[in-house]
Amino acid sequence: MAAGAAPVVEVAGARKTYATGTQALAPVNLAVRPGEFLTLLGPSGCGKTTLLNLMAGLTLPDAGTVRWWGEGYGGTGTHGRRLAMVFQAPTLMPWARIDANVRLPLDLLGVPRVTADSEVAAALALVGLADAARHFPRELSGGMQMRASIARALVTAPDLLLMDEPFGALDEFTRQRLDSELLALWAARGLTVVFVTHSIVEAVFLSTRVVVMATRPGRVIAEVPIDEPFPRTETFRLTPSFAACGQRLSALVADAAADIRR
Amino acid sequence: MKASAGSSRVLQFAAPALVAAVALALWQALVVGYDVPAYLVPSPLAVLRTLIADRELLAASLGVTLGIALTALAISIVVGAVVALVFVQSRWIEMSLFPYAVLLQVTPIVAIAPLIIIWVRDTRIALVLCAVVVAIFPIIANTTLGLRSVDPGLINLFRMCRAGRWQILLRLRIPTSLPYFFGGLRIASGLSLIGAVVAEFVAGTGGQGAGLAYQILLAGIQLNIPRLFAALVLITLTGVALFAITVALSRLALSRWHESEVTPAD
Repeated sequence: MAAGAAPVVEVAGARKTYATGTQALAPVNLAVRPGEFLTLLGPSGCGKTTLLNLMAGLTLPDAGTVRWWGEGYGGTGTHGRRLAMVFQAPTLMPWARIDANVRLPLDLLGVPRVTADSEVAAALALVGLADAARHFPRELSGGMQMRASIARALVTAPDLLLMDEPFGALDEFTRQRLDSELLALWAARGLTVVFVTHSIVEAVFLSTRVVVMATRPGRVIAEVPIDEPFPRTETFRLTPSFAACGQRLSALVADAAADIRR
Repeated sequence: MKASAGSSRVLQFAAPALVAAVALALWQALVVGYDVPAYLVPSPLAVLRTLIADRELLAASLGVTLGIALTALAISIVVGAVVALVFVQSRWIEMSLFPYAVLLQVTPIVAIAPLIIIWVRDTRIALVLCAVVVAIFPIIANTTLGLRSVDPGLINLFRMCRAGRWQILLRLRIPTSLPYFFGGLRIASGLSLIGAVVAEFVAGTGGQGAGLAYQILLAGIQLNIPRLFAALVLITLTGVALFAITVALSRLALSRWHESEVTPAD
């Protein structure tokens, strides 16, 4: 986590207005540093998904720039670096078995089958789905489908992993377990993650830095570093510093909400 | 649970079969009891006797009609799928051409058939064309809908992996469209037979190429009502068989993953 290292992705003065006239994003400046676990926190409609889509290269800003490793958009496989994204829903292909689903990015990037197969097996083992490789998505629970989706993102060994409320649709127990597993993967593989959530608890637990956003127009109102040591275990949730961080974020979010009402 | 699943499957076939048996028995009893002449309503047994006695004639006609229907169905599948693929290439193409596909669908085949039969010299080709006109629309409409019903998240994923148009088509659009396509195929299978029969009626082709519709026409004129019924039974059975085959194909292709074909786990 070298402080002086070039940003993985840098958003500069990026603005986005949708065709409906909604200003999704007021000019935003944000730099994601290598190795960081950055969370975009805010209520619905604050433009966090829009910001994430900009970083994924899926949407273009109306004004301003987005640069990856100091360069323009290169997709998943250029500049020798890779982007991967995990969506709100598992978005698996229902007609393909789990291993074929996870292999998809490698197939599209033209990785030879033999190499791809061993990487798929490794990715599935990483998320604890080795036994489910030959199943169809509909045969798995929501949590397992999400794991498969994460395995599909990790299979390309991405240099930047973008996650859009990946565990939002899951029950609280599954979500907490997957949060812990994700953190372990982040530490073990030295990932750089940008994670979107509207859960303060999840933001504190996972992040090295939280970017708080507000609505109408969508904008960044604060950046809060979470300087708590890793590895963070379930007991971290019970510490006073966890509560303090949570209160601070909650106050910021409440301020932003009050701001709108005024 | 196993036992009840098994018994419900038996019931699925046994119940309609029982209804048929009762209806046929009643029919037979009424015809015999009231001494209804065969030229008004033949008894089921009389129809069966005719089916056996005229089997060579009827089998030949069945072959002709079935040949026309199947050829038309095959053409509808290939051309319909290609048209759907063209439609989804751009909204402009679809907007410009879709109304004409609808036009094809809403114009009664009985009204167009005489023209087609006049314009096309070979009657067999003309009959196939008529059946295609009837059967192709559900394939076009359903497959187009299916090719468009792609999960937007998956599209984003493909785009992030820099997938080209062809990769998205082959790996995403076509698999997504399969359940819709098979839905269209079920309808088209029946329509191809209806189209073939209606066209035969209009053409009134006799002799070598006489289909089942011609047998019905001729039997009606000759007041050979048992043979008329026999031909009718064959047409109905053919329709049921075509439908059953498409259902089986659909099950074969989708059973592992699509909700419509998945059998409940218990």
